[in-house]
Amino acid sequence: MATMGNWMTTLARIRQYPLLLTGIVLVLAVALFGPVASFFVDENGAKVGAAMPDQPPSLEYPLGTDTVGREILAVLVVGTPLTLRIGLIAGVIGLGIGTLFGFLAGYFGGWVDTLLKGAADVLLTVPGLLFLVVIATTLRGAVSVNMMALVVAALAWMWPTRTIRAQVLSLRERQFVLVARLSGMNGLEIIVRELMPNLLPYLAASFVSAVASAILATIGLEALGLGPQNEPTLGMTIYWALYYTSVLRGMWWWWAPPIAIIIVTFVGLFLISMGLDQIANPKLRRTA
Amino acid sequence: MNLGYIIRRIGVFLVIMWLAATVNFVMPRLAPVNPIREKLLQAVTFGGAGKTDMERVVQVYEEKFGLNQPLWRQYLRYLGDVARLDFGVSIANFPSRVIDIIMRALPWTIGLLLLATLLAFGLGTLLGALIAWPRAPGFLNYLLAPLLTLSAVPFYLLGLILVYFLAFTFKIFPLSGGYTLGAIPKLSWSFLMDAAWHSVLPALSIILASLGTWAIGMRGMMIIGLEEDYITFAEAKGIKDRDIFLKYALRNALLPQTTALALSLGYIVSGAVLVEVVFGYPGVGTVLYRAIQTFDYFVIYGVVIILILAIGLATLVMDLLYPLLDPRITYQRH
Repeated sequence: MATMGNWMTTLARIRQYPLLLTGIVLVLAVALFGPVASFFVDENGAKVGAAMPDQPPSLEYPLGTDTVGREILAVLVVGTPLTLRIGLIAGVIGLGIGTLFGFLAGYFGGWVDTLLKGAADVLLTVPGLLFLVVIATTLRGAVSVNMMALVVAALAWMWPTRTIRAQVLSLRERQFVLVARLSGMNGLEIIVRELMPNLLPYLAASFVSAVASAILATIGLEALGLGPQNEPTLGMTIYWALYYTSVLRGMWWWWAPPIAIIIVTFVGLFLISMGLDQIANPKLRRTA
Repeated sequence: MNLGYIIRRIGVFLVIMWLAATVNFVMPRLAPVNPIREKLLQAVTFGGAGKTDMERVVQVYEEKFGLNQPLWRQYLRYLGDVARLDFGVSIANFPSRVIDIIMRALPWTIGLLLLATLLAFGLGTLLGALIAWPRAPGFLNYLLAPLLTLSAVPFYLLGLILVYFLAFTFKIFPLSGGYTLGAIPKLSWSFLMDAAWHSVLPALSIILASLGTWAIGMRGMMIIGLEEDYITFAEAKGIKDRDIFLKYALRNALLPQTTALALSLGYIVSGAVLVEVVFGYPGVGTVLYRAIQTFDYFVIYGVVIILILAIGLATLVMDLLYPLLDPRITYQRH
């Protein structure tokens, strides 16, 4: 019952943060779109040659078809979860590495800090997309959805490293850490039992922004033609729409729906991270 | 500004360049088959008319990379080539040198980026400052939500939407390209006007999509700044509102804002690369896109290094200029 009560208070608290709530609703809508719609839409329609090519939206094809005979609605039903999966995997890896690095750098300081913070700082000033282009170019042709996630994850850890390091630096000096140290806890115990709980809102915010930047990067790579060629992810759909000059041919039903989903996803993630920021820094509540 | 800081900052720049070059060197060698070699051999096998050309490319390639030499020597040689901006020849457009192809496209990219970024930064900063200013017109607050939504949209997707409405449906602006087909790029008034007209939509997509980011950042900075004692003091002294806004609040919030500009240059450039693809704009992004389509590896690596070099130099210059902008900064090591 206690956990039930906790859930209720959490829910009640979330309602105090309209930004967070709106963001969660938007992201959930995108996340559930694929699984729910797959009950009503035949996923085979996402295969090349499944339908008449170049058809505008009609009763038979609710969102029309593309030049190689894929039904756009089916493409989105299959592709949206794939894109989210890439973001999620890359976000988890990025946050994992970032948390580890951030704690090591912030807690131990010294050369560990110099090395890890230096690496994060240097990589942050470089346009990640360009490095990813080189990596994806090498892997090209053989890229699967999961590999795509790994590629993008390679550059998703710097922001988490920075934020978490900064938080650990400030927490480290607080009284309760000192008390824990005096009572004989070792470094790892202090990190897990004393620091982690205080960092949860920051970890959540870092995770959300890592997912957002991973999705942004993967769509960018795919739009350049460096994605999984045989999977209808959102980015690849944009790529094919550009490749077959759908805009100049007036085929709005090809590019507009994936863009709409991408925009809803980004706005949702953005609102969530703003909402989490408000929880983490009560000072921001006035400014945001 | 102390010398140590300058040297350290230049060191960081060199590390970035070294890293970029090294990634370009290592990646193709990590793959089970070297993709460049594969592509070249394939081209030789299939190339009918261009067969002799392709054999020469392979020759240049083998020579350039000294594939029979030990790895460390190949590596040093590669670093030397990069330092001299020698990226070899294009595979798709033999015998054009990669650096020539890039240099032809670079002015377009730099022009578009400079214009769009400065406009977006200036407008966004001013807008953000005004929204935070308690005595500004109230309607400005309603701009916040749409601007935020726009800033969550990647530049190039916004570009697609703009093309559809402003160029395809209502034929106000040209659909694509950097100038009217058939025009010869030269420094004449009519050509420049034509080029400017073609840049409106690409620039607009960058400006609209980044305006919100600058406005939000500036707004946050202003709100914190407006609570400072010197503002209260200035008000008590009876200094005019306009002067408090411009000389006290805005000026002090500007520095963190320029820092943010330096930090997001990489992001802006990545976005602009894709905007060029959407618009078929004759800049470096389109060169990269075509190179990816034709597996033109030397061009891909060349573009990547040149763009990293350009961003690295820009942030270096900005970092070195900060202390001149703001005497509060000393850059002492703590």
